[in-house]
Amino acid sequence: MEVCGEDGQLKLLGQPYSPFVVRVSIALAVKGIHYEFIEEDIHNKSELLLKSNPVHKKIPVLIHNGKPVCESMNIVQYIEEAWGNKAPNILPKDPYDRAIARFWAAFVDDKFIPSIWGVFKDEGEEQQKAVEETVANFLLLEETLSGKAYFGGDEIGLVDIALGGLLVTIQTVEKITNSVLIDKQKMPLLSAWADKFCKADRVKEVLPDPATLLKLMWERKAKMTSPPAGN
Amino acid sequence: MEGCAEEGQVMLLGVDYSPFVVRVRIALALKGIDYDFIQENLQSKSELLQKSNPVHKKIPVLIHNGKPVCESMIIVQYIEEAWDNKAPNLMPKDPYDRAIAHFWAAFIDDKLIPSILGTCRGQGEEQQKAVEESVANLLLFEEVLESTGKTYFGGDEIGLVDIALGGLLVTIQTAMKVTDIVLIETQKMPLLCAWADQFCKDDKVKEALPDRAKLFEIMSARRAKDRNEEVDR
Repeated sequence: MEVCGEDGQLKLLGQPYSPFVVRVSIALAVKGIHYEFIEEDIHNKSELLLKSNPVHKKIPVLIHNGKPVCESMNIVQYIEEAWGNKAPNILPKDPYDRAIARFWAAFVDDKFIPSIWGVFKDEGEEQQKAVEETVANFLLLEETLSGKAYFGGDEIGLVDIALGGLLVTIQTVEKITNSVLIDKQKMPLLSAWADKFCKADRVKEVLPDPATLLKLMWERKAKMTSPPAGN
Repeated sequence: MEGCAEEGQVMLLGVDYSPFVVRVRIALALKGIDYDFIQENLQSKSELLQKSNPVHKKIPVLIHNGKPVCESMIIVQYIEEAWDNKAPNLMPKDPYDRAIAHFWAAFIDDKLIPSILGTCRGQGEEQQKAVEESVANLLLFEEVLESTGKTYFGGDEIGLVDIALGGLLVTIQTAMKVTDIVLIETQKMPLLCAWADQFCKDDKVKEALPDRAKLFEIMSARRAKDRNEEVDR
């Protein structure tokens, strides 16, 4: 049987305001897995981080029994498989449904994240374009939600975690840029999903504090004269 | 049991020279799955393609019992899972080993492919930077083979990472001919060269590889076009 997250056996290197780290924290919380959170200073990365993720040198990194797993959605899938017998399951059983879940999780990474980043960092016309792209992407997700509480069905699944991990960040970007990305009127299902997700029992404990994130992102926006370093 | 690949039940929409399509064809060939290959015209995409992949409208798309699966590596994983009782297995059983395989497959898509595209599309300093990045990225794979001492990234048999990288091989080799730039150098990357050789000679893989002469023509034409006009990225 998999070692069930005994202290010291499971470490998460990260920073509580990074949406990528939040994804992993959500997965661990949903599965009820205990772990040690090691807060990294991304401007002064620890030996452990550099050794555990030599290729990208980025957070999050999950270290399970001394073995590191990198890249947020890769870690989430690892958590699902390594604790496959621990409910709830984050991925469905059917291969086709799994492929669909992976498709939308990849969509969040490949399309959403760049467009939201564009909303945050760009100005004027470029920003407007990024807002339109983000809204178009959200509308696609709105369509896939029809009739379901979560993207995963009745329970939180892979796509919920992929997008939900970004929620507080998205809401913060909306505030800072004075834009509406999740439009209640155009996207009633998505708005309801966002509400429900952020209030879900195990999830709410690991979401970043909106006030602190707002402050941090304002600071980041102020510093922006050139493209930022990665996490 | 999953529909065992009776004809008409598995269709692959694609073009035979796309490395992303090649990945899927390799996976299907390894598993011995029969399918209908539907050659698309990318300048005039079929109704079926647009309906099956409304989000991206791109190839490859695998349609299994009428249900479409999109994105090459997601399709490869789907093939593994839908036919998981059919040897060989393309993924290891252990969750940690699977995570490592996924990591490198993602690295290929997120870092290696953009850097190689940069070598084909860039010019002057930009191209030089892309070459350096591509070589550095490929060296990481050389190191993986060095540390495992195995023939394939999947171990003794072809696995996910072999397919992810191997699907690109003929494209990379053709790009090297078109641009006259060496990316996979025998001296710097002996294990990777040996792997490339072995991979392309595998009985099942070689059926799925694109025609090199045709690909050379296509890539040369594209490079000439890129040089003559502003590239719309």
